[in-house]
Amino acid sequence: MRILDTFRYSAQAATGTPLRTGLLMLAMSIGVAAVVMLTALGDGARRYVVNEFSAIGSNLVIVLPGRSDTRGFNPANIITSTPRDLTVNDASSLLRLPGVMRVAPITVATTEINASGKLREAMMVGTNADFIHVRQLKMGLGRFLGKSAMGHGAAEVVLGNKIRQDIFGNESPLGKMVRVGDRRLRVVGVLAEGGHGMGMSTDELVIVPVSIAQAMLNSNTLFRILVEARSRDQLEEVKARVLKMITQRHEGEEDITVITQDAVLETFDKILGVLTMGVAGIAAISLAVAGILVMNVMLVSVTQRTAEIGLLKALGATSGAVRQLFMVEAILLSLAGALMGIALGYLGAAMLRQFYPTFPAYPPMWAVLAGFGTAMVSGLIFGVMPARRAAQMDPIQALSKR
Amino acid sequence: MADASPQEQPESSLISLQGIERTFLLGDSKVHALRNVNLQIQPGEYIAVMGPSGSGKSTLLNMIGLLDRPDDGTYLLENRDVTTLNPDELAKVRSERIGFIFQSFHLVPRLTAAANIELPLVLSGMSAGERSKRVAQALKEYGLDDRAHHRPNELSGGQRQRVAIARATILRPAVLLADEPTGNLDKATGEEVVRLLEALNAQGMTLIVVTHDQALGARARRQIRMEDGSVVSDILNQQGHA
Repeated sequence: MRILDTFRYSAQAATGTPLRTGLLMLAMSIGVAAVVMLTALGDGARRYVVNEFSAIGSNLVIVLPGRSDTRGFNPANIITSTPRDLTVNDASSLLRLPGVMRVAPITVATTEINASGKLREAMMVGTNADFIHVRQLKMGLGRFLGKSAMGHGAAEVVLGNKIRQDIFGNESPLGKMVRVGDRRLRVVGVLAEGGHGMGMSTDELVIVPVSIAQAMLNSNTLFRILVEARSRDQLEEVKARVLKMITQRHEGEEDITVITQDAVLETFDKILGVLTMGVAGIAAISLAVAGILVMNVMLVSVTQRTAEIGLLKALGATSGAVRQLFMVEAILLSLAGALMGIALGYLGAAMLRQFYPTFPAYPPMWAVLAGFGTAMVSGLIFGVMPARRAAQMDPIQALSKR
Repeated sequence: MADASPQEQPESSLISLQGIERTFLLGDSKVHALRNVNLQIQPGEYIAVMGPSGSGKSTLLNMIGLLDRPDDGTYLLENRDVTTLNPDELAKVRSERIGFIFQSFHLVPRLTAAANIELPLVLSGMSAGERSKRVAQALKEYGLDDRAHHRPNELSGGQRQRVAIARATILRPAVLLADEPTGNLDKATGEEVVRLLEALNAQGMTLIVVTHDQALGARARRQIRMEDGSVVSDILNQQGHA
């Protein structure tokens, strides 16, 4: 039997029972669509986080106090405490290094902001004028903190958009005095709405010069130092120089951790990549179920077409030819179901993007291929048994069955 | 009626059965379907196999049609021992040399009349161009031109059996085996189908009909009567059809 004729015959056999074939294809397509959509979700989450981190700035080297036992970045670094202080002087020393363009020291604390009779809590960030460039933030009103020698900031404050609305409503806050902690500071600017990064909105920040923040907190410790390299290529050199410089300043003890943006991204990339794989694995279970359904449908088909199988054998079909007919039918069913599922999955992902435009839910190619492959393989594996049963059927008994 | 035994020239026989035995196990009892069956069939013969239910006529037909294997004995088809062939070789011989006609027609319900007739050609791996030529010719010969694209459920009983006969003969087999070919048909259409089969026989095709119907059996030139798995009489009927 010619291969083209085999395909035609099997396709006709499949379309001969439209309801059963349709339901089977539906089951198979739901399995594939689940893989495609869930991986789109997982991968979307990964991209979303990567984008968030990229928003911090791309050529960044981040200096954290304390050293983790293992080399490289470890999410625990973000929350561990400090064995030896990072100081503003450490930060200014980095400015002299070749390849370094900007340095922004950061202290962070929760504090109260109080003006025109309104009081609320806010996250205070103490930093310098370079912070806005390093973090790639935009101003909504006024200007950012003024340039000054490190550690000698004027009594100025920049507000996040939400804070400004809560306290001043629609009035312009520029030039007004607010009380932040125990200091009275002049509002010089408001950040543009919607700035974000590191999972934190800038809308609820209060940004003050680092010297004022440290005086207020009565400490000279920095939370982080952000260093911006001149280019992406210099990132590794800058990282090494920063580490060497701070180690020298800390009496030769390597008590800091220096990470690059890439390392942070890589870690989150890895974590969410694994998550996506896990989700895909769960979805693949539904594909295995669909495979069992293929077997069931094919077994029913073999039973219902017993007389036909007997006839084919009487007309001179070999067992091999009969087996091939049923295998091809199982494969065609899986193929049609898989293609339908991929279409459904892409449609679902597109709808997801429609409803949540910021969420980049694109199905990754590997998942689409894996879903397709799993569908085909399960169709193939579960098609073997029914096809063998058909091939081994005794033609005389098969023919005597009406 | 002459009682001439037609078993004189075994060396030129189309079909030669010698000492064929076949037993089935039904539960734990053995059923002797064929006992020591010896038959010589010459090319172009018209044979009716008759006998009561369970006498082994259908088993004999399946044996001749290579759907069943004897437990013992030899079967020479065109002087070739077919009892030693493997299943794939048997399928090939079936495809090329044997045509089956069934009481219940056994048409594939989802295929059109033309596609049903085409089936043996498809299975044999013939090219599509050659196939459509042969199918068109067969449709014309059997008067099914205007029914080519109808499915079996849109055809009358007589038309269905004509499709089945066209399918059985499209590869020009040496032997045509018919198992109660008129069993599901009324008298008039049955008559029509028998005449069609006899016409094929007249063209030289060996025709073996298994039937209960005495009238149908009496038309055959050679009548074989079976009982309990054995051939009990084998007579040439001079008044019979050619």
